[in-house]
Amino acid sequence: MRTFISVAAAVMMLAGPVQAQNTLRWASQGDGFTLDPHAQNEGQTHAINRQMMEPLIERRPDLTKIPALALSWTLINPTTWEFKLRPKVKFHDGRAFSADDVVFSYKRAMMPTSDMKDIISTLKDVTKVDDLTVHFITTGPDPVFPDVATNIFIMSKSWAEEHKVTAPQDIVAKQETYAVRNAIGTGPFKLQLREPDVRTVMVKNTEWWGYADPAYKDHNVDRVVFTPVANAATRVAALLSGELDFLLDPPVQDVARIESSGQFTLQRVPEVRSIFLGMKTNTKELASSSVKGKNPFSDIRVRRAMNMAVDVNAITKRTMRGQAQPAGYVLPPGVHGYHADLDQHLPFDVEGAKKLLTEAGYPNGFDVRLDCPNDRYLNDEEICQAVTGMLARVGVKVTLDLKPRTLHFPKIQNDTSDFYMLGWGTLTTDAYYHLSFMVLTSSTWNRTGYLDQKMEDLVNALGVETDIAKRDAMIREASVRSRDGYATIPLHTQFLTWATRKNVTVPITADNLPAFRYARFAK
Amino acid sequence: MSDVALPIPERSALWRSFKRHPSAVVAAGIVALIAAGAVLAPLLASQNPFDPASLELANSLLPPVWIDGGEARFLLGSDDQGRDMFSALLYGSRISLIVGLAAVAFSALLGVAVGLLAGYAGGWLDAVLMRLADVQLTFPAILIALMVDGFVRAALPAAVHEGIALYVLIFSIGIADWPQYARVVRAGTAVQKTLGYVAAARVMGVGPSRIVLRHILPNVLSAVFVLATLGFTSAIIAEATLSFLGVGMPPTSPSLGTLIRIGNDFLFSGEWWITLFPSLTLVGLALGVNVLGDWLRDALNPRLRT
Repeated sequence: MRTFISVAAAVMMLAGPVQAQNTLRWASQGDGFTLDPHAQNEGQTHAINRQMMEPLIERRPDLTKIPALALSWTLINPTTWEFKLRPKVKFHDGRAFSADDVVFSYKRAMMPTSDMKDIISTLKDVTKVDDLTVHFITTGPDPVFPDVATNIFIMSKSWAEEHKVTAPQDIVAKQETYAVRNAIGTGPFKLQLREPDVRTVMVKNTEWWGYADPAYKDHNVDRVVFTPVANAATRVAALLSGELDFLLDPPVQDVARIESSGQFTLQRVPEVRSIFLGMKTNTKELASSSVKGKNPFSDIRVRRAMNMAVDVNAITKRTMRGQAQPAGYVLPPGVHGYHADLDQHLPFDVEGAKKLLTEAGYPNGFDVRLDCPNDRYLNDEEICQAVTGMLARVGVKVTLDLKPRTLHFPKIQNDTSDFYMLGWGTLTTDAYYHLSFMVLTSSTWNRTGYLDQKMEDLVNALGVETDIAKRDAMIREASVRSRDGYATIPLHTQFLTWATRKNVTVPITADNLPAFRYARFAK
Repeated sequence: MSDVALPIPERSALWRSFKRHPSAVVAAGIVALIAAGAVLAPLLASQNPFDPASLELANSLLPPVWIDGGEARFLLGSDDQGRDMFSALLYGSRISLIVGLAAVAFSALLGVAVGLLAGYAGGWLDAVLMRLADVQLTFPAILIALMVDGFVRAALPAAVHEGIALYVLIFSIGIADWPQYARVVRAGTAVQKTLGYVAAARVMGVGPSRIVLRHILPNVLSAVFVLATLGFTSAIIAEATLSFLGVGMPPTSPSLGTLIRIGNDFLFSGEWWITLFPSLTLVGLALGVNVLGDWLRDALNPRLRT
């Protein structure tokens, strides 16, 4: 027996150093769409890609900016930003990083198939000055360009040319390219294995420039394993049974259970994201409705009635169990330009809604299909079911079409949905980003088709307005105009809760994009 | 299942055997109770759980009445949408029973027809039909049901699908099960065909369709009854499985399987009643029908008859 114990002890000692490797195992309900950094402007896709790839300017967990591939940025004339790049940076396969890669990546992100083109819509040209200097020329003065620059990941030009991926993947057309499952970047983690919807494994990039930077000197994550788990109960079971170190999206009903186990740290922050339902207002009729010859959503009375029929407080309290704040317009708290006094949902009023519907010529309501994801937002499926019940009470018969996000988002982008759920988060922490995507009729993420020319002009002017006070007033006016068009039913801002095992810290970020360069295992 | 072609015993003999098997009596009681609840659902239920307008979010997640916080209106508690669990059970069992009965009827009808045709005609038709059945038997029934259901779901717009989800379920489960009936009936028919009474009928000038339907069919039917009883259980379970996987009944008109799936998300947070009661009902129903089926098989088998 004694020999057995000593042998076992020896084996364990031998095994020791191997086990000391710090593997961070994490999960969320859905996987990223693609590894192509410019093909899809979607949260989870960015959350996967940002571990491997880097923008010029990075955001700390508190969302303030910190130099990444750029060391400094200055406005040298009203329409030109000069970026000085970080020297001696290498991509994962050893290629050197230079201004060529930056110019290439930005031009790639401006291409028609890029989903990031709208976010850099003020960019006119990008030119290389020398190997470590790049000029960004904007159409007009763009004071928030550095915020925008936090979102464009830099790819290697020569790698992209080698693998024929110089143009972003056309995700709407379901194109498959080399960059969909393969990636290199300059970031702290290298891709080791990518099995979409199954597993994504990344290993430490020992050559990362960040190890020389005091901001990241105690970085000690060796491996990152991501597993998407769609089922809420399975996700929690995996966390509780020790198969996960970090859960991005514990179901709201299970937060108390996870906390009571005593093994996890729970961090909470209101996410800078508005969850809402969009109504298509600009078509002759709704494809999914039996009402023919007219579109009920074109009538503002119907849209007001829809807003009045949805009890956002009940959803916040019951379905979200208090883990959300009711929303009155599609701009979340935490964004520059947000006003609490504008954030007022129309009062819940079933009788009033019925009256409005009757006035609009729908005394018995109408039918329509509501498209909802079932693996994107906290309790999205339950929320849509609750909305279905609430609308039924004013006579609007909703057929619910619940789909995984990989099938749901294309419906919005292909413009085949009459009534859809969407959550819009921040990438720039400025209202212009929200308004340009959610208000402008040219945006592929805005399918309400609601057009108010004054509002449209205001938003377009925002992009180049430099007088802060004037700009703030414009944001406010555009917000009010958009809200009072009632083309959306704002629901809420969800509170993020991140659960991490006690021996790991992963600082929470209000944009719900974890950055494992800030993750630490206890020594 | 090898004992095909047995004459159905007299009704009184069956009844005597039933009374002598307490397990069969208990099983019949459970099944009758659930069936009665399902049939009388509109009278017994306090709300129509399929009507979204009758749901109040304010009533969501109430515990059963005997637990603190429970309300008398919600005898077995309520789910996350404010649906009364008792009403949902009644209506959910309705779907289970309808799907079970209709799917069995569908596959039995198809299987019996194919079996009679193959068994009586023989030759190349027999070979083709039976190889077809063999091919289908190599796929698990649930896989075929999933495939058919998935295909229909992708091909039809959501609004249309929601209206016919029940029929799609019946069809996809029914189509998965016909080879079993076909094989048994074909074997029985092939044996009966060679017996003297068939030859006599043929000599008397009776047409083939009349021989098959009037003379052979009654003699192979007892095996079909046993298969159907057991098939009923598997159809109910297949429906629950599909709904649990999220491809069966939509969450707005939940069957037992859908309710179990919904409740599954609330197990960790302590709302056990959403998943427990539908599960118990499903177990009771499946077990009850299975025990009845076992008894029926024994009762119809002369070698086991005492």
